[in-house]
Amino acid sequence: MAVISRWLTRVSETRSWRVTLGTLLLCGITYPAAAVLPDERIDILYHSYEGGGVKIDGPAILVRKNVGNSVSLSGKYYVDTVSGASLDVRAAGVDVDSGASPYREERTEYNLGLDYLRDRTLISVGYANSQENDYDAETFSLNVSQTFFGDLTTVSMGVSYGRDVVGRNDRPDFEEELERRRYSLTLTQILTTSLVTEFSYEAALDQGYINNPYRFIRYRDLGSERGYSFQTEVYPNTRNSDAFGLRALYHLPWRGALRAEYRYFEDNWDITAENVELRYTHSLRDAWLLEFKVRHYEQTGARFYQDLFDFRDAQNFMARDKEMGPFDSLTYGLGATYELPRGLIPGFERSTVNFYWDRIDFNYHDFRDVTVSPQDYALGEEPLYGSAANVIRFYFSFWF
Amino acid sequence: MNWFGTISVLSLCLLLGACGVQPWVQPYERQKLADPIMSFDRDPVASSYLHHVNDARESARGADGSSGGGCGCN
Repeated sequence: MAVISRWLTRVSETRSWRVTLGTLLLCGITYPAAAVLPDERIDILYHSYEGGGVKIDGPAILVRKNVGNSVSLSGKYYVDTVSGASLDVRAAGVDVDSGASPYREERTEYNLGLDYLRDRTLISVGYANSQENDYDAETFSLNVSQTFFGDLTTVSMGVSYGRDVVGRNDRPDFEEELERRRYSLTLTQILTTSLVTEFSYEAALDQGYINNPYRFIRYRDLGSERGYSFQTEVYPNTRNSDAFGLRALYHLPWRGALRAEYRYFEDNWDITAENVELRYTHSLRDAWLLEFKVRHYEQTGARFYQDLFDFRDAQNFMARDKEMGPFDSLTYGLGATYELPRGLIPGFERSTVNFYWDRIDFNYHDFRDVTVSPQDYALGEEPLYGSAANVIRFYFSFWF
Repeated sequence: MNWFGTISVLSLCLLLGACGVQPWVQPYERQKLADPIMSFDRDPVASSYLHHVNDARESARGADGSSGGGCGCN
């Protein structure tokens, strides 16, 4: 189907619109607001995240196939292999080099999905299961999309429910539960022959054990040689948040697309966040797609976050997880997709090879690097921490 | 909202509905929109991975163009 989309793009410039219209009607072509089943395809991905002392990599496989004209089934297998540990975990004295370390582990995720198309309505149900040796999660989801207004407008509503069991590798008796609920509404609107926009809203509600059990806060301790000690973080057991996203995608006069995105986020822990992203996709000799992007993210800290507390049990709730504190990040991304010559891979209508690389620079505004020598820096005056990460996606995609 | 406000809003909706706005992009004008580069989610397996990378390192979550649900991973 996607091959036909590309062919149409080219042919439409040389033939009359009647040819294009006829083909569109025959093929039920996919444009952003149309109610159609997703593409039938197979994706085989290698992913890697490396930065801040941590490496996480592994494979992912996605298979999607139609059954009849109105049902699409999908299955996904995904693995994260984690090695190393972030600065705060290392500073708290967790032995990351031992085989028993909680930060040398594997997460396996399975997803099953079913999409049912009836007239202009697409109903999607999904199930996800994620397992680690100390964390199990299940998620059930339902999404309904409906197109209106000559297929220029699509409204989607989604709900999901998740239940997690949180454990600790070093304490077999430790077991806590977490429930997650999400509600989303998305409106996609075709504005012109070259411009699509999307507005989305999502509410998320968590209830239960939200902490990461391996993260610690530090507090002033005169009895300690270095002047401070660590204790386990304590979070509230409810978290509610709202997020609003705006996206626009514009087809340039040549075969290129410009995509802009803005998102605003706030929660009941006093965290607010904003991110903006600009992405440019450029086609080269029809076989290549090149992509460039830049993204900026900034957030404020939770009201119970501090880099250094005055004493042990200083507050009911305490966090020093750097993701809960104020920080900003800047991402640069480059990538390419190469479409293999048709017929090279038998049995598939279209095949691509893809390589995408992102570099993310994190700047923490209130998280200090406590691995420096106490002789060089006074307590609470250590340099602020920053880190950089490389994110890679290398994958093959095949369309039936 | 009082009754007057409710009736005013409903009247406005009816008035706008009666304007008879028609779809302004016809099916035969959608060849650019049908181009794969005009998809918000061209390769779902790669974009869901990137959402997962961001979700794990940022406090913000949701409304990011993914299908939602979360992976349930810490």
